[in-house]
Amino acid sequence: MNQKTPRSGAKKSLITRRSAIKTIGAASALGLAPGYVRYAQAQTSEPLKLGFQLHSTGIGAAYGRWYDRTTQAAVKLINAAGGIAGRQVEIVTEDDGTDPKRGAEVVEKFASQHKVDLVFGTLFSHVVIGSAPRAGELKMPYFVVSEGYHVASGALNRYVFQPGITDVRSQVSSMAPWIAGNLGKKVTMIFPDYAFGHDHRDFFTAAIEKQGGSIAALLPIPPTETSYTKYFPQIPAETEVIYHVMVGPGVLTFVKEMGEHFGSQRPQIFGFIDSLEAVDLASPGLEFLDGTYFWEAFPRYAGANQSAEDKFYREHVGVDGNGASTADAKDISTFSHMFGCWETLYVIKQAIEASGYQGPADKAKLIEATEALTSFAAGNEHPQGDKLFDGKRHQCYGHQFISKVEGNKLNVVHKTSIEDGQYENDTDYTKQSL
Amino acid sequence: MTPALRARRILLLHGGLALLLLLCQFVLPDYHHTNFVSIMVLAVYALGYNLLVGYTGLLSLGHAMFFAAGLYGAGMGVHYFAWNPVVAFIAGAAAGLFLAVLVGLVALRTSGVAFMIVTMMFAQAAFLTTLYFNDVTHGDEGLTLTQAARSFALFGTVIDLTNPAIRYNLAWLLLAGALAVMLLVVLSPAGRVLIAIRENEERTRMLGYDVRRYKLAALGVSGLLSGAAGAAYVLFFGYVGSSFAAIPYSIYPLLWVLLGGVGTVAGPVIGTLLMFYLIEIARDYSSSYMIVVGAILLVLVLFFPKGIIGSWRARGQGWIP
Repeated sequence: MNQKTPRSGAKKSLITRRSAIKTIGAASALGLAPGYVRYAQAQTSEPLKLGFQLHSTGIGAAYGRWYDRTTQAAVKLINAAGGIAGRQVEIVTEDDGTDPKRGAEVVEKFASQHKVDLVFGTLFSHVVIGSAPRAGELKMPYFVVSEGYHVASGALNRYVFQPGITDVRSQVSSMAPWIAGNLGKKVTMIFPDYAFGHDHRDFFTAAIEKQGGSIAALLPIPPTETSYTKYFPQIPAETEVIYHVMVGPGVLTFVKEMGEHFGSQRPQIFGFIDSLEAVDLASPGLEFLDGTYFWEAFPRYAGANQSAEDKFYREHVGVDGNGASTADAKDISTFSHMFGCWETLYVIKQAIEASGYQGPADKAKLIEATEALTSFAAGNEHPQGDKLFDGKRHQCYGHQFISKVEGNKLNVVHKTSIEDGQYENDTDYTKQSL
Repeated sequence: MTPALRARRILLLHGGLALLLLLCQFVLPDYHHTNFVSIMVLAVYALGYNLLVGYTGLLSLGHAMFFAAGLYGAGMGVHYFAWNPVVAFIAGAAAGLFLAVLVGLVALRTSGVAFMIVTMMFAQAAFLTTLYFNDVTHGDEGLTLTQAARSFALFGTVIDLTNPAIRYNLAWLLLAGALAVMLLVVLSPAGRVLIAIRENEERTRMLGYDVRRYKLAALGVSGLLSGAAGAAYVLFFGYVGSSFAAIPYSIYPLLWVLLGGVGTVAGPVIGTLLMFYLIEIARDYSSSYMIVVGAILLVLVLFFPKGIIGSWRARGQGWIP
């Protein structure tokens, strides 16, 4: 101690004006440091704000209600498990009215007013396509849950991803081998005469011809049609399979009139569940569908071989084994679509954690980290099943299901492989600048 | 009131409105900055609509076809033929004019309720055409324009239409131009003839005016402004889809004009602005926002049947055009 005292005193004697200024400067820096440290901490501990573009009103409202429930359930789980990269997730919801003009405004509002980290959840294709340009201009990562081919086709931009649900081209293409092998090869297609129906027409025609099948007739239905009786006599007699993909409020009339036309003598019938999402299969007029087949992305009815992750997912979203709300058995879910929100949120989690994303300045890192993802394993985070992800196309590929209507229920008869739904195209968003 | 004083007041009102909109860009937050671009473009559409319904007395229920003609005329030109945005804008406006004259040749054979029905039918046919030619238009899904396609060089300077400041000032320029066109038309002798047609078509005809030609010209200018608005919209926001050709887009300008003041030049601008924010604010309180908007509109119609500017004019401000 005695030896140290003089050294200490010697130090004191070395204080100069310059060192005093340095000391004051350092003290000032320290004084300011808490603010800086608080800011730095805020970057990592503030909630991660995700903009949820929801169809609360308009034609997509039935889907929107379930997209919301699924999203809230997934976020609750994510937050309970520690959030994303240690940050709690805050969902900021804005209704886009299922309108493309409003969709673009909502993206703007998320970016400019809510200052979200990214936007997700859009379903209807026209809203996605209407919103995507603004997302690109604002450099806002935009994760859609739409099943449209618009992302993989290369029509959008580098900021748009669809990692949680497969696209319509993949879905349609993967149906053809089973239809040709089990139902028949001469197919008459009945579809709405606008973009959604045209995607089915073009992709299924190519896929069935690849299987050695052929199209007996194409029957496009104008969107303003309210009665379908005049179309059924146009179905050629040699038709082995009717492929229908009607959507909207006219679908019950369509099925009823098809039943009245064919009676007990009918060809095989295959449809897309899009027609009957949120619709109870026990609804009057749908009896005719008994014995027909449907594509499902995720089987509405749990079935005997229900997986553990399916059970986990239903419990947390509040859906029973029949695909209805646990609170109201008449409230049928949009089961083949809404899982996309759940899975997309977990992909976002994976990408953010892989990128080291801290804030808006790291958006480019987030885009590149998402593009670097290659596969998602089946499990509680991906209850629909395992998937492959194509970083160039920004699109995932997965399994599809074919179910038969039996006693007002859908029973799975076939599960496709991921390869069944893959196709070639030259989309490469990674070539676009960030 | 002397003509000079009236002219001064007209200039003050409309110049002041335009100046206010120009200056707003310096104080508006980002979100509202973009909203104002949309509002100014849609106000041009409302101005075009008002020339027909407010000054000529022809109530169209099919104006979405002219707005959509501008959207598709410009949008498809850029998307498929890589047109310069300036060329695309001119083509879009011309498409609105051309379609209006074409429709007018048939629709103007009718009047009153029949005119409403015929214009609505034409608009529905136009809407279905955008769906039918899906391979080209991409129907309800629509087309996007890339960021690169929405910029052009002018005297060596690159004008990027996705740049917020450029977009705002070009939208303002379009609106200021449309306001000037409207004032020139409305205050000209031809404008007086249009008002005479609105008040008493038979009497105007008896005075020797070729009523049909005046109505066709009014429809043409209306289509031109609607087409210009559509063209600007697609170039500024990069998307065109068939929803813009659907019935709601024929009803919106009617609501904007009713709210602002039928047969007033400034009314459609005020109406478009107020309706946008009426919906925007109502959305924050309820998903049933259209009920809220409907209730407010009912109140306005009951207490201000001539709209905001129209009611002001009725209260001793007869100089307002």
